[in-house]
Amino acid sequence: MSATVTAPPSVSAVEGRRRGTGLRRRQAVAAYCFVAPFFLVFLAMLVLPLFYSGYLSLFREQLMGGTVFTGVGNYVRALQDQAFISGVLRMARFLVIQVPVMLGLSLVFALALDSGRLRLQRAIRLSIFVPYAVPGVIAALMWGYLYGPDFGPFAQGARALGLATPQFLGNDWMLGSIMNIVTWSFAGYNMIILYAALRSIPPELYEAARVDGAGEFRVAWSIKIPAIKPALLLTTIFSVIGTFQLFNEPSLLRILAPNVIGVGYTPNLYAYNLAFTNQEINYAAAIAFLLGFVIMVVSYAVQLGAVRRERRS
Amino acid sequence: MTSQPLAADPDAGTAAGVQRPADAGTVRRRRRRVGGEPSTVLTVALLACAAYFLLPLAWLVIASTKSNADLFSTFGLWFADINIAKNLRDVVTFQDGIYLSWMGNTIFYAVVSGVGAAALATGAGYAFAKLHFPGGNALFAIVLGAIMVPLTALAIPTYLLFSKVGLTDTPWAVILPSLVSPFGVYLMRVYAAGAIPDSLLEAARVDGANEFRIFFSVALRLLAPGFVTVLLFALVATWNNYFLPLIMLNSPEYFPLTVGLAQWQATSAAGSGSQALFSMVITGSLVSLIPLVVAFLFLQRYWQSGLATGGVKQ
Repeated sequence: MSATVTAPPSVSAVEGRRRGTGLRRRQAVAAYCFVAPFFLVFLAMLVLPLFYSGYLSLFREQLMGGTVFTGVGNYVRALQDQAFISGVLRMARFLVIQVPVMLGLSLVFALALDSGRLRLQRAIRLSIFVPYAVPGVIAALMWGYLYGPDFGPFAQGARALGLATPQFLGNDWMLGSIMNIVTWSFAGYNMIILYAALRSIPPELYEAARVDGAGEFRVAWSIKIPAIKPALLLTTIFSVIGTFQLFNEPSLLRILAPNVIGVGYTPNLYAYNLAFTNQEINYAAAIAFLLGFVIMVVSYAVQLGAVRRERRS
Repeated sequence: MTSQPLAADPDAGTAAGVQRPADAGTVRRRRRRVGGEPSTVLTVALLACAAYFLLPLAWLVIASTKSNADLFSTFGLWFADINIAKNLRDVVTFQDGIYLSWMGNTIFYAVVSGVGAAALATGAGYAFAKLHFPGGNALFAIVLGAIMVPLTALAIPTYLLFSKVGLTDTPWAVILPSLVSPFGVYLMRVYAAGAIPDSLLEAARVDGANEFRIFFSVALRLLAPGFVTVLLFALVATWNNYFLPLIMLNSPEYFPLTVGLAQWQATSAAGSGSQALFSMVITGSLVSLIPLVVAFLFLQRYWQSGLATGGVKQ
């Protein structure tokens, strides 16, 4: 591709065109210099580990030391591994419940802020957003204390009212409790992205609708939400990626409830435990690779679904 | 030399039909008025939601004032005897003041990674948005695809590669992987496309300025808000990261706050004699939040306007 650019301009070309070609070539050289630093780090820190991971996943450790080539053996094993499968399914369940709830909340908050009909707008926006500045580890730690069946304020309150102690960290509620932590952490972040998108809609788009007597809800539903579809898609895909990579919250809550959260509660937790507790590096690489594949497929499906819906309407 | 006044004049693009920032401002103000009267119902509903988001933080503030005994014997959402001075002293003196090293490490990792990632993204994003070069579209497609690569899938192989070259258990192990921000490149491309009028670059080229001079003396200034946005994203990502440093680091003196506090928490939950750690974990968590929350309060307008003007314009 670069050959067309580095080819010397023909002698018969008019003066102006020759000048243009030289300019374009200088521009291309500069462009490569601008992107080179990023791509250097990109290759070393993203592409290389990715290929290395794929390479590792094709081998198997032997009991007597050394590794042997096993082809897709690790992948076959993973697809039959109950711990891995149940972890992926758990994340799928997490995805279909938590992501719509969180993004729904973010969208409602963003629309409320954008309607210009809120008092204390700034304070509300900041309060909802501030959890984004709280590391996942600290969020899990705080909610872990709040959830506590002995000393947590919810348990204390329930006891004072003579109600049964809510078992937030029990088997039945754990996934919901983690959903709550993730929603708490990221609803505000997504709200800001959607809010920024709403603010960039040209007002002329709905001033006409208002003149025609459309109410705030109608304007939001028929004009504002369709206008920010790309931002909604972006936040959805980021949420999908984040969900499948869930690690911090379950690994912190595992300290409090080791019997509820097993080594394979999330695929990522599983890969971590395989690599660093069981020393099964090659199998862990296969799990990580497969997880990455699942994420790619799901995010691609989300995008495809969005494009198709766009075409239909 | 004429490129100098051009760069200083933000309205230089008007001649080419670029919308003037002043116009955008009046539109915005007019639109705010269209919104109608403030609604009390809506305000109360949103305040209730805001209370939910503030609740854990309120608990954290209250809990950090309590002694370890009061933590378990008094109601969680109200104050008991104020004990915060002792808690703070415990936090900064425990294990020879290792908490302060963790704080220093966190700041160091986050600032170096944030500035580095933003600088790399600015160069690449500008080139993708404003310069024509063969293969540009293909390279950008690769960057877009990479946004979807789960970083945790890379952490384990990166750890193995680093251990071969002796980089594990060093600050580099945390900083180097954090320098790559494909989303930052995407954001800077979108931002640069909106913030820098082509006519400005053309004018500078006609004046004979070379591409590097144009970038450093004309474009960079207009890209500053976008730079801050990407910087904040990357800084927060590194500040909050737990998985990567957990894998990479063994020596407590290199730990960031997330890994250190999680370790304290695990020790205190394991019980037996180390019960006194609970109030320290809580107070340590509170202190660890202060720098980032303050940074957000001060930079809020800056980075929000960065997002609003170009960050998510599709």
